Amino acid sequence: MNFEFNEEQMMLKDSIIKWSQDNYSFDQRRVSADNPEGFSRAHWATFAELGWLSVPFAEEYGGYGGSIIDLAAIMQEFGKMLATEPLVPTMVLFGGVLSASSNEDIKTELIPQIIDGSLLGAVAIYEPQSRFDMSNITTSASVEGDGYLLNGSKSVVLGGAVADKILVLARTSGEQNDEVGVSLFVIDGNADGVSRNAFELMDGQQACDVVLQNTPATLVSELDQAYGPLMDAMQSISVALAAEATGIMERLNLTTVEYTKTRKQFGVPISSFQALQHRMVDTFMAYEQVKSLLVGTLCELTDDKSSPERASKLVSALRTLVAKNGKLIGDEAIQLHGGMGLTDELDVGHYVKRLMMINLMFGNADFYQQQFNEVAYG
Amino acid sequence: MDNAFSAADIEFQREVREFFSNEFTPDLKARAQEGSDVKGVAIEWQHKLYEKGWIAPGWPKELGGTGWSPVQKFIFETERCEAGAPDVVPFGLKMVAPVIIHFGNDEQKARFLPRILKSEDWWCQGYSEPGSGSDLAALQTKASRDGDHYVVNGAKIWTTYAQYADWIFCLVRTGNFEKKQQGISFLLIDMKSEGVKVNPIHSIDNHHSLNEVVFDNVRVPVENLIGQENQGWTYAKALLAHERTSIAEVSNSKRNLAEIIELAKHQTNHKGRLIDDPYFQSRLSDIEIELMALEYMDLRVLASMSAGDTPGPEASLLKIKGTEIQQALQELRMETIGAYSASLRQDSYQNELHKEGSSARKEYMYGRAATIYGGSNEVQRNVIAKAVLGL
Ligand SMILES: Cc1cc2nc3c(=O)[nH]c(=O)nc-3n(C[C@H](O)[C@H](O)[C@H](O)COP(=O)(O)OP(=O)(O)OC[C@H]3O[C@@H](n4cnc5c(N)ncnc54)[C@H](O)[C@@H]3O)c2cc1C
Repeated sequence: MNFEFNEEQMMLKDSIIKWSQDNYSFDQRRVSADNPEGFSRAHWATFAELGWLSVPFAEEYGGYGGSIIDLAAIMQEFGKMLATEPLVPTMVLFGGVLSASSNEDIKTELIPQIIDGSLLGAVAIYEPQSRFDMSNITTSASVEGDGYLLNGSKSVVLGGAVADKILVLARTSGEQNDEVGVSLFVIDGNADGVSRNAFELMDGQQACDVVLQNTPATLVSELDQAYGPLMDAMQSISVALAAEATGIMERLNLTTVEYTKTRKQFGVPISSFQALQHRMVDTFMAYEQVKSLLVGTLCELTDDKSSPERASKLVSALRTLVAKNGKLIGDEAIQLHGGMGLTDELDVGHYVKRLMMINLMFGNADFYQQQFNEVAYG
Repeated sequence: MDNAFSAADIEFQREVREFFSNEFTPDLKARAQEGSDVKGVAIEWQHKLYEKGWIAPGWPKELGGTGWSPVQKFIFETERCEAGAPDVVPFGLKMVAPVIIHFGNDEQKARFLPRILKSEDWWCQGYSEPGSGSDLAALQTKASRDGDHYVVNGAKIWTTYAQYADWIFCLVRTGNFEKKQQGISFLLIDMKSEGVKVNPIHSIDNHHSLNEVVFDNVRVPVENLIGQENQGWTYAKALLAHERTSIAEVSNSKRNLAEIIELAKHQTNHKGRLIDDPYFQSRLSDIEIELMALEYMDLRVLASMSAGDTPGPEASLLKIKGTEIQQALQELRMETIGAYSASLRQDSYQNELHKEGSSARKEYMYGRAATIYGGSNEVQRNVIAKAVLGL
């Protein structure tokens, strides 16, 4: 048994830590986020050069051939960096969903472009009525020549405004809630009939609502059969986001402990109050719980002998705790900083917001706990 | 034991309800929610309350108060929240005025109180300093006597809406004694005085309400001192107790709960309407049950006050539970709205949820402060431990 990252994974992490120490202090991050697009294209090119964008992709497409463990290793560091560059939308979401699709031509064409930094992507799955459910799809696809035309609207598409390509989930048959009958398509970000209404999100990332009107699209999944592969892809994506969240939790806890040691009230550091010590012990334990479940999930997902039920149970458990314990850690970090915790100047609030985003956009505690219940007792 | 209103109270309730429905117009409501003209909206609304004679329910009747019983005040607050109308800006009407009324001299009363009633002066509260938050009595802003002036040097922080203020009421150090609570004075300072500088502090709700106020050799006439020199701590403590009782915010939370239920009827998940989802229902009832308990806690404190007591340390309990419930509701509202709560877009745009989401997010983020200001919840727990449990 070995629950540590291996040497190569540590090297990957170190390269991110080193680069961000020199180039991505909180103030430097702010400069990056203040770009009109919400991030720095120059940094993005650097991420590609340093090979980070290749980590999750198979060698046959020019990738590093990393496992979910490798991806988790780097996501923890990206979480600490609080990067506004579109790592999640392009590498994790677009890359993850595309990798699980069945259109080899498209994969061969697009994955190398993700890796070399020339292509930004996004996925448009959720609709206003669907919350976190991927079978509740009303966007429709109809055959047109040897392609398709899409009609419908997609909400809060992360990284959508700058995406060169967008993967869109649309219905090719069946009723609104049927799992069979949804298919995955790729469209050009600026194709005919795409309107993208961009807005900024609270954690500095950008998103857009997408309205599709007779938008030309290429099928990238088996017809009607996108749901299963998409669920599989979402499992890895959920774990990658959980890894990002653990990086953030670790940072929030560290920052808070440090702050209480230096902040003096009543003539003593506030860290000397036992009431606060116990609170920090609780947030420390909350972080250790999530980290333990993350490690367990990573082992399970890379174990050939694991059952799909077991894997699914672990992922839902992990994300339930990410939401619950993340909430505790975020709340306490602000509270223990007092008025300082309310300031935009400090990184604490920004970490808290990113942590909240992960749950708001991709599934909160209620959602994952229900999923857990269905697998465990259903 | 009974919890019924009298016939007179019911008649009063009708009158209050009618007032809010006539005067708190949809236009005013929309501008209050939109939030860009904080000062203009507040003053316009406060003028209406002033015209009606209802601007200062907490003041003695002869100075412009309403003479209401605690139950009438309770009814007024409840109806205000039902109507979604904002509370008055507290710094003048609810904070400095009671101090002037209790501890000020006749000239100070004549000079400041009428202007506060008519919202002619905007006040802010200068207590906290970079080095003294929870440990307020450690404050260092210094006022030295120079003839018939004090010369003030130092800095205040977290001063809400100082950017709009005409006046600031400050705790300043006028002497050094063995106990840090001694040697503090309560001073009123004109914000237009030379040497006053206001630096904005941007907060995590993407809004500007907080400031640092720096005093560089600011000359303040001695007639702006309230009560006795070096006795300011006593006055301030009286005021802090006042702040603590209005903090349970039961009616506000009830209104928020009702709004979330309404939202959840229109929001869906994979099973259908969110409101029909048993998980969601449990989240709601977890909060509503706590809120019901808080409501009766609040009424019990109210009833003991009608019998003549001032609220004791048990008011700390109202603050802790009240703010915890407010925060739980803010969280649930965001989750009810879902991903749109993360949007910074404030207009209703293509989708009503942008507006709903953006205001839910702002309330949630700013709402983190409720457990920090007005005596943090940790400090309130210390109060209960000492003063109620005798630990
Ligand atoms: C939004 C907002 C608006 C405000 N508006 C105003 C205003 O208009 N005017 C004004 O004067 N002030 C204002 N304040 C300041 C507010 O009163 C202080 O933030 C508060 O007193 C806490 O002080 P601090 O921020 O220095 O935190 P600290 O006192 O440094 O506290 C940090 C943490 O330590 C905890 N702690 C401190 N002492 C103890 C203890 N003995 N035992 C256990 N835990 C302890 C606190 O509870 C907190 O969690 C405002 C604050 C905020 C956030």
